[in-house]
Amino acid sequence: MAVPVLELRNVNKSFGPIEVLNDISLKVNAGEVLCLLGDNGAGKSTLIKTLAGVHKPTSGEIFMDGEKVIFERPKDAADRGIATVHQFGGTFPLMSIGRSFFVGVEPTKRIGPFTIFDRKTANATAVKAVQEFGITRIDDGDRLIGGLSGGERQSLAIARAVHFGARVLILDEPTAALGVKQASHVLRIVNEAKKRGLAVIFITHQVMHALAVGDHFAVLIRGKLAANFMKGEKSREEITDLMAGGEDMAELEAQIGGGSEELHSPAHVRASDAE
Amino acid sequence: MNNPVIGSLLRRPESGSVISLILVLVLFVLAGAHVDRFLGAASWLNFAANLGIVALPVGLLMISGEIDISIGAMIPAGSMGIAIASGYYGLPIVVGMAISLGIGVLVGLINGLLAVRTSVPSLIITLGTLVGMQGVVLSASVLLTGNASVPLTAPHWSKFMFGQLLAGSYQVIILWWILFAAVFLFVMHFTRYGNWIFAMGGDKESARNAGIPTRRMTIALFVLTATCASFVGMCGAIQFNSAQVSGGMNYIFNVIVSIVVGGVLLTGGFGSVLGIFIGTLTFAIVSQGIYFTQIDRNWSSLIIGMMLLLAMLMNNIFRRMALSYSSRKTDGRT
Repeated sequence: MAVPVLELRNVNKSFGPIEVLNDISLKVNAGEVLCLLGDNGAGKSTLIKTLAGVHKPTSGEIFMDGEKVIFERPKDAADRGIATVHQFGGTFPLMSIGRSFFVGVEPTKRIGPFTIFDRKTANATAVKAVQEFGITRIDDGDRLIGGLSGGERQSLAIARAVHFGARVLILDEPTAALGVKQASHVLRIVNEAKKRGLAVIFITHQVMHALAVGDHFAVLIRGKLAANFMKGEKSREEITDLMAGGEDMAELEAQIGGGSEELHSPAHVRASDAE
Repeated sequence: MNNPVIGSLLRRPESGSVISLILVLVLFVLAGAHVDRFLGAASWLNFAANLGIVALPVGLLMISGEIDISIGAMIPAGSMGIAIASGYYGLPIVVGMAISLGIGVLVGLINGLLAVRTSVPSLIITLGTLVGMQGVVLSASVLLTGNASVPLTAPHWSKFMFGQLLAGSYQVIILWWILFAAVFLFVMHFTRYGNWIFAMGGDKESARNAGIPTRRMTIALFVLTATCASFVGMCGAIQFNSAQVSGGMNYIFNVIVSIVVGGVLLTGGFGSVLGIFIGTLTFAIVSQGIYFTQIDRNWSSLIIGMMLLLAMLMNNIFRRMALSYSSRKTDGRT
């Protein structure tokens, strides 16, 4: 058995008296997608932020490649190769593709006594990186991020993380705000990242998306790890029930009087994202 | 918009300001401006240079997502600093200049530290230092010299550097403005620091996570705005051989109008040095050029107000066009 790239052992996190994460133990291997499922307020965001170095665990340990690590700040996690991609991908809508790709690590060249930002190299590298992921429509590095579609932004952000040597990719609800076609683009890119040997932690509400790419699933309920299982061990209905807090989804649906498809419509997802 | 050349031109933040400038010039020519006399006049260039040296750093600060209105007090503070030190106490002019610029650095540090240490919006912080510094300057002046106006006799070399009139009527500060603009243009658009400023204005949190020293950059920008403002005050004192406690308040609004007309987004993340430069030029032409037209000069404020609204509108349209440009190729947008 390979040593997991990232492992959490008995991690607890509380903000003052409020316990947000309770005894979380998780592993993710290289070339594997771990799907983190859970309702709003289950502690998914806190867990991601703990992994990304934004929060320090109150107790418990984090291991990378079997070696204990302590992240004092986000940069420590980033230096270790942990990259987080947020729901809306590029966070700089008014910057060009090339410029935003290299924020903080700008390529420079020297002209006489001056060190200048190398726009050509930045644009070419960014475009090449995203095209390697199959998004061939992006061909001009001067385009503004805000002009890209949601799926393209996600793809660009993932390509960026991979380009800068990410080993663990944390995707925070990448498909939540996307249409069906765009979401399938992103899922394909998740698969591509996995094939390249990255460990992917994929946070989602949508069981269908999770089942499409996941190898390993973890369900969080009120800060506790309610289930931890491999692909094929549980059916879609069982997972949905788990996410709803162990209540029988079919019963819940009967009460509401709607079908299960209704609950997965984008409107529902978007409304519940405003946490 | 299928034309890539037009597309890339529209993407530039200064496109709106260029059109504002052209519209204003057309309006003035239609209103019977004496173009030849106007072009030869120094008044609007002098006005633009004084304004522009402050507008450049404040514009950068606005691109980074902050604002500094304490510049209104820093201009008289800069001129009083040198006048009291070298004019009243007779210290060497170099000491006076160091005091002027030193006050700028100090107030900039206070603004910057407060901005990064507290979650108070920088508009409120600098409103506080604006009012506070007015009090400090007035009290210090009255306390030390017993007067609100202090004379200063600058030695020849400092007069030559900061306060001479070129060709009889052009203030030497025009050259300083052009130099400042060139340096700011280079830093903003050709070095990594410019990229950092854009990223900070886009999303400060992500910028910090990307490893950009956002706090240090913010403090540096606040120091720059306050110091540039006191530099303008210092040059004014050397030029006119005296300093007054009052004045400077008009700069606050004039600077903001110039920057916004120049295409800088009020919420940060978008703008250009060339845009700020052209915006300042446009503002100066409207407010000073009106004297060369048949238009009653009482209307100039109305024209400035309309120009501001029009420029805002145009910049919004251009920004939208820049964002949507070439996304026609994508499918399945949600």
